[in-house]
Amino acid sequence: MTEYSVLIGGKAGEGINTAGLSIAGLFSRLGYRTYMYFDYPSLIRGGHNFAIIRASEKAIGAHRTPVDVLLAFDQNSIENHRESIHGGTTVVHDASQVMRGEGYGLPLDAIVKEEKAPPITKNSAMLGALARVAGIGPDVLEDVLRESVPAKHLEANLRVARRGYDAVEGVFTVEPLDGPALPVLTGNEVTGLGLVHGGLDSYVAYPMTPTSNLLHFLAERAEDLSLRVIHPENEISVIMMALGLAYAGERAAVGTAGGGFCLMTEGLSLAGMSEIPVTIVVGQRPGPSTGIPTYTAQTDLHFVLNAGQGEFPRFVVAPGDLAETYSWSATALALSWKYQVPSIILTDKTLAEGACSFDLGAVTMHPDREPELWGGTGEYRRYARIKSGVSPLAFPGRAGTIVKANSYAHDEAGFTTEAAGEVTALQEKMLRKGESLKEELSTYPTVRTYGARDAGRTIVCWGSEKWACIEAAEEFDARVVQPLVLAPFPARAWKEAMIGAGNVVCVENNATGQLARLLRQQGFDPGRSVLKYDGRPFAVDELAARLKEVFA
Amino acid sequence: MTPAGRPAGDLISPAENTWCPGCGNFSIEHMMKSAIAELSEEERIPIENFVLLGGIGCHGKLVDYLNVNSFYGIHGRSVPAATGIRLANPDLKVICHVGDGDIYAEGLDHLLFAAKRNSDITVIVHDNRVYGLTTGQYTPTSPAGFRGRSTPGGITEHPLNPLEVMLAAGATHIARGYTRKVQHLKGLFKEAIMHRGFSFVDVLQICATYFNLTDYYNEHAYEMKEDEVDTGRFESALGKIREWDYDREAPIPLGTFYSVGKPIYEEEFRALTADRSDRRALVRNVIEEWR
Ligand SMILES: Cc1ncc(C[n+]2csc(CCOP(=O)(O)OP(=O)(O)O)c2C)c(N)n1
Ligand code: SF4
Repeated sequence: MTEYSVLIGGKAGEGINTAGLSIAGLFSRLGYRTYMYFDYPSLIRGGHNFAIIRASEKAIGAHRTPVDVLLAFDQNSIENHRESIHGGTTVVHDASQVMRGEGYGLPLDAIVKEEKAPPITKNSAMLGALARVAGIGPDVLEDVLRESVPAKHLEANLRVARRGYDAVEGVFTVEPLDGPALPVLTGNEVTGLGLVHGGLDSYVAYPMTPTSNLLHFLAERAEDLSLRVIHPENEISVIMMALGLAYAGERAAVGTAGGGFCLMTEGLSLAGMSEIPVTIVVGQRPGPSTGIPTYTAQTDLHFVLNAGQGEFPRFVVAPGDLAETYSWSATALALSWKYQVPSIILTDKTLAEGACSFDLGAVTMHPDREPELWGGTGEYRRYARIKSGVSPLAFPGRAGTIVKANSYAHDEAGFTTEAAGEVTALQEKMLRKGESLKEELSTYPTVRTYGARDAGRTIVCWGSEKWACIEAAEEFDARVVQPLVLAPFPARAWKEAMIGAGNVVCVENNATGQLARLLRQQGFDPGRSVLKYDGRPFAVDELAARLKEVFA
Repeated sequence: MTPAGRPAGDLISPAENTWCPGCGNFSIEHMMKSAIAELSEEERIPIENFVLLGGIGCHGKLVDYLNVNSFYGIHGRSVPAATGIRLANPDLKVICHVGDGDIYAEGLDHLLFAAKRNSDITVIVHDNRVYGLTTGQYTPTSPAGFRGRSTPGGITEHPLNPLEVMLAAGATHIARGYTRKVQHLKGLFKEAIMHRGFSFVDVLQICATYFNLTDYYNEHAYEMKEDEVDTGRFESALGKIREWDYDREAPIPLGTFYSVGKPIYEEEFRALTADRSDRRALVRNVIEEWR
């Protein structure tokens, strides 16, 4: 398999993320599939930021430690990544910053001064150097810059890029593939697009890493997508506004991370009791509390499964890559409306802020689902107790109808009641809705499997760890089983997927094995856990080494 | 008869009323009912275009007692939900019934921000200056020295003057009513509901059980005359609002203190959401641009 890895590192504020995306764009232009992992501390200037960009002829979704090219803006970018450098690694560094440099040194300060270009164009010099090292022609380089740089800065960037290009030599040659040049998108962007595909009318959010960029992206594109994007005073307002919108008939989604979701839990319970649909994107990061804000984790599974007081059904899905993010975001919105339950899309920093080639044409969408609307005969009862548990919807403003939503225990019309019989019937109606949802989900790909059934070794994983597992599994001829839907738990599909699983390992980005705990609660054996909880996702090689110990 | 074909009496729902005898909430309920019925007739607003929101407390029960669209929410949170409702449908007249504990303690941030952004909603505060439903604790408008069940020695804090807070926050319509002056109260409700923008009415409500201030209010409250305050001027409104601070003994002016026009928050979004014909095509266009 042909593949390349590039690491670019520097200080926060030097545009490492954008430079990484341009590098991904360079490979994408040549028909490669790309993946980018971006690592940054929670500060605006200084520190150490880096991105690892991997390009391959087949679909990928994780990074590897060794790299072919290392682009270093400072000494840290070399010292911190010694393990990524091997005999074949070409190092290009900024000679004005790096004292003990190796490989090619570019005098970036002098270059930008001579070219009368702003300091941020140093990224273009690195991009130019990379293109030359990788045998990528100047025409492709120019093309990528033309697309990513605003017109008024383009000339300066092209001049500086050319200087970088001329300062180094060709080391290897990236052969163009005949695949399409796919757009490189982040998980946040694809979540937003999937929600709009599903019919989103309004997105409401308060900024919090790692979903702030979902808010930014949708706000930036609000006009293009015919969308209302609102940033109110806090997360409590966020979910309450969304519930107000939905009560009046508009589809709304909200986005946050664990800390903001803490504040939303009262609104979550309200959504449960009043049966008002809402879709919540929760991007996980390490906690508790502020934790490590810009890093990654899979630590909020049991929180989202159990948040809110009382007992009510909810839908929880954890997509593992962009294709799943797109289709399941649309579906989460649709199911929240069809069943009038809260839907939670559980992502994490790795997926939300990581970037990957996205092939919309290859995404398999689930069938469209519409909510049942009231037909208009007889007196409207908001909480009519029909067999499925799902009462038809009507919205305020409809002539001759009154719509009473209620956070209190209520009768079928929506009036408050505390009568024992009514309360029992209400609780049972809510639970029946959950059963109906579960039944519908039995026709969806709620559990996905990769590899041969008779492998005798199975890696279980969820969310963004999926691709590291798929690639690591190839080294052991193991199978991978991934639950996408976590509530209502697809027990039947799980059982079926795990027939003949053999030796089972459960891979997660947390310290206590949260998926393993859920599986045990459901009566399944999760096997042995392989855990990582330093705020970083598994690199493929790192995971393979850990699995070797277990499978040995 | 209203345009929707229902006399005002029909707006009373069959739900059993559980307020204490003598509670000021009855006046608010009946005057709200009449205000809705009269506005429906006079302004040709269909009954189905009114939406009432409730917080949690004795006041919140009002939404059960009227046969009008309602969203019986949670403690302190009805205001952002109201903004969401108004965002979704500009034809709706969205009215929050909130308690003083409910909105000045739990929900103050939402109240300030709704005023700041001039959300086109109406907030009616059942200000009985005590927590009724949780049996008599002090609220943000209880006077200093108030002995509640959680503060038997008497509180040492002073109350907020909510009208002053609302004026500072940017509310575009501010009024005060009293549950013993029902016709006056009804007029304030109608005016507030018809105001375009954020409107706020603090209603001095008698809590018959935990804090009965009937004699005190009867003695001090008076209806402002036409020229007593210039409702278009901030300074004039502020001066009148400060005549009584919910603490010291002073005449208590009732009526509208401030009423001005400003752009409405919800309407700023109109252009964005004008064309929603084929959202999937819009998504494809956005993805295409990345190539
Ligand atoms: C989050 C939360 N905290 C506390 C309560 C308990 N509670 C119910 S009503 C109430 C106070 C209501 O006081 P007020 O808003 O003044 O309304 P009133 O009953 O006087 O009309 C409280 C604290 C609750 N329901 N929710
Ligand atoms: S406790 Fe007070 S506010 Fe509540 S119903 Fe009784 S009198 Fe009214």
